[in-house]
Amino acid sequence: MTVMTVDDVVAELRDGMTVGIGGWGSRRKPMALVRAVCRAGLRDLTVVSYGGPDVGLLVAAGCVRRVVTGFVSLDSIPLEPHFRQARQRGTIELTEYDEGMLYWGLLAAANRLPFLPIRAGLGSDVPRVNPDLRTVLSPYPDGSELIAMPAVTLDAALVHLNRADRRGNARYLGPDPYFDDLFCLAARRRYVSCERLVSTAELVDGGPPQGLLLNRMMVDGVVETPHGAHFTSCVPDYDRDEGFQREYATADWDRFRATYLDGDEEHYQKAVAAR
Amino acid sequence: MTRADVCVVACAEAWRGDGALLASPMGLIPRLGAQLAQLTFAPSLVLSDGEATLTYGDEVEGWLPYRAVFGVVAAGTRHVMMGASQIDRFGNQNISCVGDWSRPTRQLLGVRGAPGNTVNHTTSYWVPRHEPRVFVDHVDMVCGVGHDRGAVEIRVVVTNLAVLDFATPDRSMRLRSVHPGVSVAEVQAATGFPLTVPVEVPVTRSPTASESALIRDRLDPDGRREKEIR
Repeated sequence: MTVMTVDDVVAELRDGMTVGIGGWGSRRKPMALVRAVCRAGLRDLTVVSYGGPDVGLLVAAGCVRRVVTGFVSLDSIPLEPHFRQARQRGTIELTEYDEGMLYWGLLAAANRLPFLPIRAGLGSDVPRVNPDLRTVLSPYPDGSELIAMPAVTLDAALVHLNRADRRGNARYLGPDPYFDDLFCLAARRRYVSCERLVSTAELVDGGPPQGLLLNRMMVDGVVETPHGAHFTSCVPDYDRDEGFQREYATADWDRFRATYLDGDEEHYQKAVAAR
Repeated sequence: MTRADVCVVACAEAWRGDGALLASPMGLIPRLGAQLAQLTFAPSLVLSDGEATLTYGDEVEGWLPYRAVFGVVAAGTRHVMMGASQIDRFGNQNISCVGDWSRPTRQLLGVRGAPGNTVNHTTSYWVPRHEPRVFVDHVDMVCGVGHDRGAVEIRVVVTNLAVLDFATPDRSMRLRSVHPGVSVAEVQAATGFPLTVPVEVPVTRSPTASESALIRDRLDPDGRREKEIR
């Protein structure tokens, strides 16, 4: 367990890896880590995500070969512009699952199971666009046919929580844990960025024990990145930056990248503050 | 009374008699409908704020993070009202993409939870603009499954023009009612497949005085509902 920088984390990632990203839509995304991946120019990643601007940024930066998801959305802006454009140009591959199937795939990986049965997907076109997907028959008297959702195993997981200690224990303070613990449990290497690195005593005193979502068995590296989820929401520390999100969604990509992404994280935060 | 008010009440009616289950409205008018139902004839209905908080009227009453929603889905104690970019006569729905899935002409949201919702619990749809490119012969990507593909129950499709249901022998789509001022022919012209039309088509009920007051004074005082159907 080590305290790291965003660049230390990216240095442990490789082209072609399968990377899971926590959060949901445009909520509590590890954006500082995502920006660092974009800067480093990693290629051919398979990105597993309840997709938001994390997917959009990585796609626009040319880091992505395949997206594994049930949706990609900016919440207040329903359609993610870069993901949308890449799909329409045919420049990325897609594994499209029902949201519950993706949950089950992470759960299977977290439990070291090859698959978990689920009803979601039956009768729909999800099996048509995922020809490797199989069904199983219940061995019990009901004999029902179910989708055998394969484990979604990750090379690395990137998540962002409100608070963490130096050992890798971490707490969320907002209303929803999303699936961040499962992303970590499904991954070989697990990296958590946080708004504030605090002492273990402060971490424990900072809320109810149920909010301690990650323990150090589930984490390999921790990074302090204040405003590291910007421009997604990270309540109660901050809400989504809707104005900046609109700018992201409408700006010319080359101009956006030159303004905000070509420098390091400190440069990004200064450029955001200077708007 | 406006067309949007009629639509809010028509959406509310979808949840009538549902008891203590999770109502999940997607879109403003379905949300107003679910809130109206909870405040009036369906007081047992459970509503969330769209994120992890359960609300009863103006009061917070519980916690339901996304992972727990999937438990409710699997248990079947939920009635969702989703949008539909395309829908066919058996209620198969598409919100993923238009055109060939491998390289769509229009990428939309993705399948979201529609496949799981429709095989686990009751589903209704809200279409703010009833037109032939939404009501199609075949959807490009089956997200929510229809009655010919194993749906539990597609209850109603509420649009800006009418309410449709599936009360036919083969559970295909039928015109249940037209909104005040809308003709049957108008609905048929806006539907890209042959619709079952009863001999007598009733008019969708109008809001009562107290429903109107709730919508206007409490649920949507800024009139945002008018913009959703334009």
